[in-house]
Order: sequence, then C-alpha cells, then structure tokens
Amino acid sequence: MAELLLEILCEEIPARMQARAADDLARLVGEALKTSGLAVEGLQTFVTPRRLVLVVTGLPLAQPDTSEERRGPRRDASEQAIKGFLNSVGLSREQVEERDTGKGVFLFAVVQRQGRATRDVLAKLLPETLVKLPWPKSMRWGTGDFRWVRPIQSVLCLFDGEVVRFSLGPVASGQRTAGHRFHAPVAFPVADFADYRQKLREAHVMLSAGERRDFIEAQARFAAAQRRLTLIEDAELLDEIAGLVEWPVVLRGAIDPSFMDLPPEVLRAAMRNHQRYLALADQSGVMAPAFIVVANLEAKDQGRAIVAGNERVLRARLADARFFWDLDRKQSLASRAPKLRDIVFHARLGTLDAKVDRIEALAADLAKVVTGADREKVQVAARLAKADLVTGMVGEFPELQGVMGSYYARHGGEPDDVVRAITEHYSPKGPGDRCPTAPVSVVIALADKIDTLVGFFAIGETPTGSKDPFALRRAAQGVIRLILENGLRLSLKQVFAQAARLYTNGPSAKAGKLDADELLAFIADRLKVHLREQGVRHDLISAVFGRGGEDDLVRLMARVEALRRFLAGDDGTNLLTAYRRAGNIVRIEAKKDGRAYDGPADPARFRAPEEKALHEALLAVQKTGADALAAEKFTAAMAALAQLRRPIDAFFDKVTVNAPEPELRANRLKLLAQIRGALDGVADFSQIEG
Amino acid sequence: MANATVPTFQDLILTLQAYWARQGCVVLQPYDVEMGAGTFHPATTLRALGPEPWNAAFVQPSRRPADGRYGENPNRLQHYYQFQVILKPSPGDILERYFGSLKAIGIDAANHDIRLVEDDWESPTLGAWGLGWEVWCDGMEVTQFTYFQQVGGIDCNPVSGEITYGLERLAMYVQGVENVYDLDWNGQGVRYGDVFLRGEREFSAYNFEHADTAMLLRHFADAEAQCRALIERGLALPAYDHCIKASHAFNLLDARGVISVTERAAYIARVRALAKASCEAWLQAKAR
Repeated sequence: MAELLLEILCEEIPARMQARAADDLARLVGEALKTSGLAVEGLQTFVTPRRLVLVVTGLPLAQPDTSEERRGPRRDASEQAIKGFLNSVGLSREQVEERDTGKGVFLFAVVQRQGRATRDVLAKLLPETLVKLPWPKSMRWGTGDFRWVRPIQSVLCLFDGEVVRFSLGPVASGQRTAGHRFHAPVAFPVADFADYRQKLREAHVMLSAGERRDFIEAQARFAAAQRRLTLIEDAELLDEIAGLVEWPVVLRGAIDPSFMDLPPEVLRAAMRNHQRYLALADQSGVMAPAFIVVANLEAKDQGRAIVAGNERVLRARLADARFFWDLDRKQSLASRAPKLRDIVFHARLGTLDAKVDRIEALAADLAKVVTGADREKVQVAARLAKADLVTGMVGEFPELQGVMGSYYARHGGEPDDVVRAITEHYSPKGPGDRCPTAPVSVVIALADKIDTLVGFFAIGETPTGSKDPFALRRAAQGVIRLILENGLRLSLKQVFAQAARLYTNGPSAKAGKLDADELLAFIADRLKVHLREQGVRHDLISAVFGRGGEDDLVRLMARVEALRRFLAGDDGTNLLTAYRRAGNIVRIEAKKDGRAYDGPADPARFRAPEEKALHEALLAVQKTGADALAAEKFTAAMAALAQLRRPIDAFFDKVTVNAPEPELRANRLKLLAQIRGALDGVADFSQIEG
Repeated sequence: MANATVPTFQDLILTLQAYWARQGCVVLQPYDVEMGAGTFHPATTLRALGPEPWNAAFVQPSRRPADGRYGENPNRLQHYYQFQVILKPSPGDILERYFGSLKAIGIDAANHDIRLVEDDWESPTLGAWGLGWEVWCDGMEVTQFTYFQQVGGIDCNPVSGEITYGLERLAMYVQGVENVYDLDWNGQGVRYGDVFLRGEREFSAYNFEHADTAMLLRHFADAEAQCRALIERGLALPAYDHCIKASHAFNLLDARGVISVTERAAYIARVRALAKASCEAWLQAKAR
C-alpha cells in the first residue's frame, strides 16, 4: 500500500473557481483510478490560490491480475475464423479449450492479464485526467497550446516516495514545490504528504481552505473583541477571502469617522465589494468605524504600511460614495424616471421605462386583491421602484438597488409605505430571504416578478437544466411565497393574461405570445420544490395538482392541507384502501373485457340492498361534496367523502361484483367506477402513496 | 511622506523605463494619436499578433473623455498616463520580473500586501480578450496584468503578457498623496496640477459640452472610410491609425451623450470590424 501526492502549482487561481476545481479533481481522479482497477483507502484534495493538491492513500503497488474468458467460433468454423480468434486472444490452438454449450461446440479462451505497476498506470492516467478538469475559463501562455486556468509553474508528483514521470503541457513532473510567493519562493523537495504539509507550513502556506477560513474568522473575532466590537457575520465573504490568501494575516483598520453618517449599506458595499473587508459592529449592533482586512503577508513592520494603505483606499472609495450620496439627493427620484428609457431590460422586451409602465398597470389590478394596498401609494411606488437604477450610487454599487431608492424616496418626503416598497419589491430574493408583508410592497413585488416571468416566457427564454440566466426560478419562487405567505386570492392565469396583454398592447409591443399553461406548469413545479423543502408530502401535491385547472395557490394549499389531515385519520386511510380496491377491480375487469365501465350505474338493475345504499351514498356525497368544494370547505368535502366508507365496506362484504349475469356484473363495475369519480372531484387519489 | 527616497512622478517613469530596458524591452515613446488605452498602441495591438518575439515598454497618454471631472475629482481624469509593457512570448518568470519593477520603484514586498485578483480583460472595440488579474497593493489596484488570448479576433500565438501600470495611481500610492493634482512631478516644486489641471478643466468642457458632434460624426465616417480604403491597399499601419481615430471619435460622441444604447453596440461593432481588418492586413502584409 502506498501514497500518491500530486500538486499543481500555478499562478493565482480565481477564488470563485477553487472549491469546484478541488471537487472536480477528486471526482475525476477517483473515477479514473476505479476504472483502472486501483482500489484506494482515502482520497483528499486541497486548494489554495496557487495550488491544487491531491493525496491518495492505500493504493496498491500494482493493478490486480485479471483473467477473462472469451468465447470464440464453433469448433468446425472456417480456418480463417479460428485463426482470427486465436490472434485476437494471442493464444495457440492447443491453449484454447472446446466446450459444448448445448448449442454446439465452441472454442473458449482464458486470457490472463497481468496487472501493471501502479506507477506506470499513474504516469498515463494523471495527465489524461488532468486535462479534463473543467475550468470555467482557461488560457494558453508562452509558446504552448496547453490550456490551464493560469500558467503552471511546477508539477509535483510522488508515488510511494518517488516521482511519477509525466508532462502536463510544457511542465515536467518532479518532486519539488515552492512556498509562499514572497515569504518562501525558493523551490524545495518533499518526501511525502506529511513532509509536504509540514514544509509548506514552514514556508508560510496553510494548505486547507477550511483551516484558513476558520483561522481568519477566529482572528477577526479576536481583533474585534480587542476593541469591544463584534464581527458582522458574512460566511460568503469569509469563504472568498480564504481563497485569496495562502497565509492569512488579519489586520484591523479604522474608518474615518466623518464617513459614518453614510447609510450602513453603503459602507458595507464599499468595504465588501471592492475591498473584501469584514465589517464590525459595536455592542448595540451599529456599524463601527473599523474594519478587518486579511493580508497575505506577515509584514516586517507588523502590517503598519498595509493598514495605512488600505485605510487610504477605503477613504477614497467612501469619498466617492459621499460624492454620489450628496449628488443623488439633489435630484428627486421621480425626476430621474425618464432616464430609464436609456436602460434596456432585455433586447426583446424593451426598456426599463416600459417595464415600469407595465408594473404600474399590473399593480393597479393586483392592489384589488391585497387588503390595505392604497391605490395611490401603489402607483407612486410603481413609478419609483426602479428609478434608483439611474442614480450615481447604484451605478457604482449595483447591489444597492432598491436600498438607495428607499433612502432617496424618504429624503424626498415619500410616505413610509412607498419607501418600504422600493427596497422590498426585489424580495424575497431567495429561500432564506424575508418575504414582504406590507401591502404596497407585496403588490409591487408581485407585479415586477410576474411581468418578468410573463415577458421571458413569451419570448421563449425559459430556464433549462442548470441554466437560468434571468433568475426566473427565483422569480417564480418569489411569486409563490408572496401569494401563500400573504394569503392572496387570485387566478394566476388571469393575471398572466393581463400581464401578457400589457406587453402586446403597450408601447413596447415586442413580446411574443405567452403560453399561460406552460408558465402555470412552471409555477407548479416550483411550488412542488418549495413545499418539498418545507416537508409537505409530494404525493399530496401531485394529488391536488393532478386534478388540473387549479391556478389559485391559496385554494390549492387549503386542499393539500385538508387532504393531509383527512389521510392522517382512519376514515381517510380506510377510504383510500377502498378506493384502490374498487379501482383495481374496475381496471382489471375493464382490461379483461376490452371495454370501459364509465357512465352511471342503472338503479333499476340493483339487486342487493348494499348496492342501492352505496349508490345513494355516492349521490349524496357528490352533492354535499360539490357544495362544500364550491364553498371552499375542503375539510367538509373530505368529511363528506368519509361517509362513503361504511357503504363501500358493506358492498364489498355482501356483493359479488363478478356476478354470473353479464348485465348485473357490468352495472356493479359501473357503480365501483363511480366511487373513483366521486373522489376525484376532491383530489386525484391515485397519486397518493403509502 | 516628505521622504527623500520617495520617487517623484517623473522618477517613476524614468525608473520603470530603465528597469524594463534592462529586461530587454525596446523603450518606445508615446504614440502620436489619441487613444483610450495603451493597448491601442500599434506596438501592443499589432505586435501581439504573429510569431515574432517582441518586448517593448512605453508611456502612453490615455484619453477617456467620459471620465473627465473638470479637475474636481481627486482620482478621475479624462487624460492620464499608462505605462505599458508587452513581453512576447510571455516568459515563465514574468510575474517575478513584474514584482522586481515594483521593488525598483520602492514598493517592498516584505511590507506591502501584493495580491493578484481575478480580472478578465476584454476590449470589445479591439476584438481582444485575455485572462489575468488586477494587481492590488494594500488594497489598491496598481496594475492590470493580462495574457492576451485574442487580438482583432485572431488567436495570439505565442501569447503576449501585457503589464499596464496606472502611473498616477501608482504615484499617488508611493507618494502617499490623496489628490492626483498634489503629486510631486519633479521634486523641484512642480505638481501634477501645475501641468494638467487646466487641461482637465478645458477638455472636460470640450468633451461634455462643446465638441462639435456633427463634425465628430463626420470624422468617424471619414476615418472608417479611409481605414477601409487603406486596407484595400494592404497598408495596415495607416489603416490601423484610422481605426484608432474612429475609436476616439466614438468615445467623444459617447461623452457628449449623443449615442443611444442601441446605437452604442453598433458603433462598437463598426470599430471592431476596422480593428479586425487592420490586424488581418498587418499579418497578410508580413506574410508577403
């Protein structure tokens, strides 16, 4: 058993590509080893900004020997055929045996293959596998044609302590690596992984990304605590920073207090986006005039120059932000709206200005179903929702869209509902994001998302597989949450039709034709995903969707919930059993007879009192069930169904369905089929599992 | 930082020139046509194509009409200097050479956090792209570093390494100055503002308010026509000059706000077509 160590040292790998590359490397090499018959005990990958590392433990020194039996032609086949077979297996006529297979006597050969030395296998397998590593973007360098994410500087590859010789593009493998770019640039040899890891640490490289991240987080908390501050959580940023440094050194800098009156979102954006600084808060949770910067260097001056430099850069950025903050507030948000004419929403869907017109019209309709949505405020919010996209601040920090609009709207004296709606209309931005509940926010958020969905579906720009460039899944999820969490009663199909009309009738008549059913099916799919995440049984969803035609999500959920409760009790489970029994009998007999048993049973042909009783119960249930459904009393509808249980049980107890008289039999089968019909009015019980 | 070892603005240029000359670069003078970036210099664009080795370094004044701020913004200029280095083929130790240049101008890697942060470069007008980084020094972007993959829509083979220093920014950093106009130009009392402040004011007024748009539209069309005519005659270098002129006319029109969103893409495509044709003519003429 031996260890394989592979390191590809290259120029700086973009942080966003690192984790994926390490995963891909583990997967590709793991698969290749398996295909080559090489079992392993452990396989691990590591990634830093400059190196991609693989360690495999417990590899055998050689592939296992294999033997394979191959059947050849018949014994009496032509000489040419036999010769061809012997050649293909590399054996002589005496070395193959004859065997009677029952279908004749055939030649059989046992081909022995000796396993190759693992080192030789690796020398071929590794370069072949490495070139398959799917970098999002790769490049050539120097005079070669080889592609990698950035130029490769060295390849270290040891198996059982000795170099595995191969070339990766222009670079030949060896047993040396180099440490931190500035602390330890001189190459050194390593013996195995333990030695490698140890020497790298001495050479100022922390190999594990997780360790770097944890180290940064702990040091940042410590540096914050020294000033009685706390670290503002930002897991995503911590991960990114861990991908920017091989030797993290956490330093604390100060923010010029004169900038602390800028909105905290602006401070965060300036610090986070451009500079990747971690933000700190004081004990009351207010942003503190200090930041954490993670350097990749243990500076001789303890980081004084680094902190001073970073403070200066931040000062310049915040001075820019202050400039935009002051400038933007000199002009009212409303007066900026015409500039939205210059921003294209999508080449085939017109400008943002036109989108705002559509949002305004659609919002006016939606306001009718959202309790407490003041129509005037809805209109103002619709006009202003996108206006901050043409402010200087959002131009500089696009992620502040909505947030800046709210600040500027408040500055302009707009009412609170409008101010809130401008920020909130982008929400919910994901499963973890808060869903708006304020009426005006809900209306604008819904109008914006539905307009987007309808527009892109109308021009056929729908998500496929992992590709969803316009974030339509997120928009659909947003629509679902806005409707369900606020209990909004609306027919989605009607709203879609109205939104589609606004595209075709409005000034930006560019869209194609919307297939509302396609969009509704897309929403249904997202709803299933959404509910599954919340632990709702997917078969119940299918049972309610299975009926088709439902486009009121609140009503749909009420059905699902009623069904869930019904099936949780004895009445439900017993009825389900009866439903299946009836369904199975009808299906089997119908198949046997090659005919369907639909249409009502004829009461004149009933003989047993149980038939009559079941029939009457069915009629009664259909009536009360339909009434309850119409009144949206789904629990009552289920309770009505429960009335069927006793007559069905009695029917199965006393009545022989397959009566000798054909007409009697047909009538009884029809009666059974009616059970299914009665239940299907409520839900498609055939979808229910368990 | 009134420190004797702090380089002046012109020291910085002289030091970089001397450093890259020692690295085997041909030191050129600025190209005499207005352009948006050093990459447009034919010593970069055209020389990045074809098989011949080429190493050059030069200062190139860069004109970005829309970035003018009438001399009132401490960081933004409509005219600034880039120091451009092109090494073809890109040598294996190109980064070490670059770090050497930082050391030469007084940025000591033992005390400063120098980082390579992903930044893929693309020039839609030149039909060019490459991968590389922006180089950060203590959080400040001081250099753009690119391995050219394509120029004029043509694959670069061998690949050139392009190093572009923003001289004003770098100087502000090493001098510890927060306003570009305060940069010490020569150590003898002349500041950056003495040389360029008036120009920033006047050119901002020209770029945003007074540039004759009808004339610029004519210039664009004339440059485009001339470029095409010269390509017909296989005169790649003068043709390419007119491509640069068209590009600058477009930048001025853009700053004047007379180009709509949809037109914008079309203008960029027209310049790109000229750049591609010029690059093709450059390679063809050499082949003959």
